[in-house]
Amino acid sequence: MQRRTVLTGAMAALTALTVPGLSVAKAPVDQRLVVIFLRGGLDGLAAVPAFGDPAYRSARGAVAIADPSAATGGALDLDGFFGLHPALKNLHQFYRQRQMAVFHAVASPYRERSHFDAQNLIELGTAVPHQRQDGWLNRSLSLMGSNASQLGIAFAQTVPLILNGDVPVLSWVPGDRSVDSDFLARLSQIYVHDPLLQQTLAMGINADTMTNGDKMAGGSGRRNNSLNRQQVAAAAKMLGQNSPHRIAVIDVSGWDSHANQGAANGSLANQLQKLDEGLGFLAESMASIWSKTAVLVMTEFGRTVAANGTGGTDHGTGGVALLLGGAVNGGAVLSRWPGLGPTQLYQGRDLAPTLDIRSILKAVLADHLGIGSNDINQHVFPNSPSIKPVQQLIRV
Amino acid sequence: MQSDTRSFTAAHRFGLGPRPGELAIIARDPSQYLLAQLRQTPIIPRELADYPNSAQRVSTIIQDLIQKTELKKALRDSGQTIPSVKTPQMMKSFFKQAEEYRDESASRIQAAINSKTPFVERLVHFWSNHFTVSITKNEIRPLVGSFEREAIRPHVLGRFEDMLIASTRHPAMLGYLDQSDSIGPNSMVGLFGHRGLNENLAREILELHTLGVNGGYQQQDVIAFAKILTGWSVGGVRSVIRILAKVQATNDMNPDDVGRFDFIEMMHEPGDKQFMGQIIREQGVEEGIKILKYLAAHPSTARFIATKLARHFVSDNPPASVIDRLAQVFLKTGGNLAMMAQALVVFPEVWQTPLSKIKTPTDYLIALVRAADAQVDGKDLMKELEALGQLPFSAPSPAGWRDDADAWIGVEALLRRIELAQKAAQTLSKLVDPRQFLQQVLGPMASEETILWVSRAPDAVEGVAMVLASSEFQRR
Repeated sequence: MQRRTVLTGAMAALTALTVPGLSVAKAPVDQRLVVIFLRGGLDGLAAVPAFGDPAYRSARGAVAIADPSAATGGALDLDGFFGLHPALKNLHQFYRQRQMAVFHAVASPYRERSHFDAQNLIELGTAVPHQRQDGWLNRSLSLMGSNASQLGIAFAQTVPLILNGDVPVLSWVPGDRSVDSDFLARLSQIYVHDPLLQQTLAMGINADTMTNGDKMAGGSGRRNNSLNRQQVAAAAKMLGQNSPHRIAVIDVSGWDSHANQGAANGSLANQLQKLDEGLGFLAESMASIWSKTAVLVMTEFGRTVAANGTGGTDHGTGGVALLLGGAVNGGAVLSRWPGLGPTQLYQGRDLAPTLDIRSILKAVLADHLGIGSNDINQHVFPNSPSIKPVQQLIRV
Repeated sequence: MQSDTRSFTAAHRFGLGPRPGELAIIARDPSQYLLAQLRQTPIIPRELADYPNSAQRVSTIIQDLIQKTELKKALRDSGQTIPSVKTPQMMKSFFKQAEEYRDESASRIQAAINSKTPFVERLVHFWSNHFTVSITKNEIRPLVGSFEREAIRPHVLGRFEDMLIASTRHPAMLGYLDQSDSIGPNSMVGLFGHRGLNENLAREILELHTLGVNGGYQQQDVIAFAKILTGWSVGGVRSVIRILAKVQATNDMNPDDVGRFDFIEMMHEPGDKQFMGQIIREQGVEEGIKILKYLAAHPSTARFIATKLARHFVSDNPPASVIDRLAQVFLKTGGNLAMMAQALVVFPEVWQTPLSKIKTPTDYLIALVRAADAQVDGKDLMKELEALGQLPFSAPSPAGWRDDADAWIGVEALLRRIELAQKAAQTLSKLVDPRQFLQQVLGPMASEETILWVSRAPDAVEGVAMVLASSEFQRR
């Protein structure tokens, strides 16, 4: 009845609210970064076994991965000393194609063992947890050009801390949407006293316009325990050729393997296999832009070297990080290996950290996303000039 | 906006949203409306009265486990290979457990929707989240509902210490944080077997349930506490271990012990322990009780609990004055939780900053159904909660659900709330006038803009949807 006239008014409101820059959606860099955060503390010595260390087998006991010569369930050899968990077949291919760098004995500056503080600190990029409200990736966005508000996207209902901050970021879950954009525009009129809801809604209106007609079935609000295909497909699309988005964050939970984690098979092996399949599919889906893409796989800390009393591992310190993608200059395990002998462990129990994770993050920001080193040392990771970026990680 | 917004605050901030007509009644004396709820003896709501207790549920789990073992044994004995896929019997028991969890969880939401003491219900949910047990650990899925009924509800207006002990002894917590099979390395079982200590529960009690992460403990205290807690287990578990180890084929356990808290001396680390500067003499199960009592009375715990309560009921960044006074009440009353709740209502600051909190998805849905005075099928409630990202008892970690706006408002999350508002308005708009609905839901808190745009809405569906999607209704 009055639908048409109402709609005209609503469209005017919609235009006014749109975050600037949608129509000229050109991002300042062409490179893509996908950050996959494995929450719960990935067991680095299961994912990347140091089978060449003479103490590896005895120190790990029941959760040790056999060396590559084993008839079944042996590690996939990387360099004769390190291997990959046998479930990580796609990652092994990336490594052999020199598209994946592996970092071992990595840690953030955090040296306690709380998940929550460890995640907080590694997301803030500070030396102490709970020092500020914005994540280091959000601060990076602000240094990437004028239409920064188009760049970031989190595949979750809300934005994880690592990407949260002053620069608006889209949070998105692929799924069927039935919301009426006309209604959204009117709704923004009653959000005038609520900047949080008003700004969030404005981004929603934008995103809805962008993905108009793009219906993918069965989006759900449940947290991820794996990188599912639907989400990977959505990420590939949202970062695709004609999209303004450049940085995506995907959280994957379920790595807190306190009990019965298994070795070549078992619950952790299943988790790793799902991750491996997801990453393989990501590369496939992003084929056209893969050469411009880096995927960072990180976690908050490693786990104890020895298995605990229940066939699992407790919270530890040194762990692993992975960087893969067509833009990555890979094919090596980068580690100053501290050793697994009893006297070499951190506090007698954990893999001793020898590489600050910020060295990897800084290299990605500088060499992949083109952020200046002064900005990185002052704004992204404040007061950290002594932490040097890893060299030659990105192809030139 | 009318000047007295206290009825809105009492109904939304402290409660689960008003039912039709309730706001006007609350307005007569908002504080009294809340304080009266604290004087009642908490009971198990009738919606939850008929569910099996944890002992019965554990017993079922154990029977399933034994059946599976015997099934495997039979297959092995007859020369067949054990199928890696789950057998139909296993699938059946899995689906039954999933179904039971969904059924009880839906009833828990129904209880909140129907509650006449919504402030108390909010406190139950708060404490349940403080002592999180989560179905992300699949094995405890059948127990999460009983945890809240048995460890939280009886103590919600009682003492923190009692709740802490009840929580730590409960099979759901012992299972969720891996305590039930943590074994003292020098205990009898430890010396004979290959299994040993698991630090998980000890750490999370210190970090998340009592002192807080900077509350004054070290890694060595975590290990000492883990040793102190060895032997804290669930009755029946011993037999299962023996059955699984094929030491015995049949079930010889005393049915009365199954599923109840059981201290297993053979698993307990012998000797004195040193915890946070004190020597804890060897005393079996009493060592753990002693530590829990010590932790419950610790000033760091008082401060940690005060901060969380203030964040829940006042604002994401609560004023220091509120935290200080709540912590004092905690210490002065020996952790009396009714007095803590009462103190919150009495602080003037709590009433002065309306709309500072975002409702969680669960509370948004509950408030919506209460406002509509609707009957909603439990299955539909669960479907909505799943879409909103907050299925009951499914917090992603032992820290529980986060309690700040950033955790619940993102583009996707907001659009889903708005979709829900639109969907609910489809039927609701046939029953109420949008302007009247606005008055009875938002009352004195409705902004001029909301009143204006609701009155201008092109049809009743949109008018009602706008009330439900408004900032006022999403906040508290």
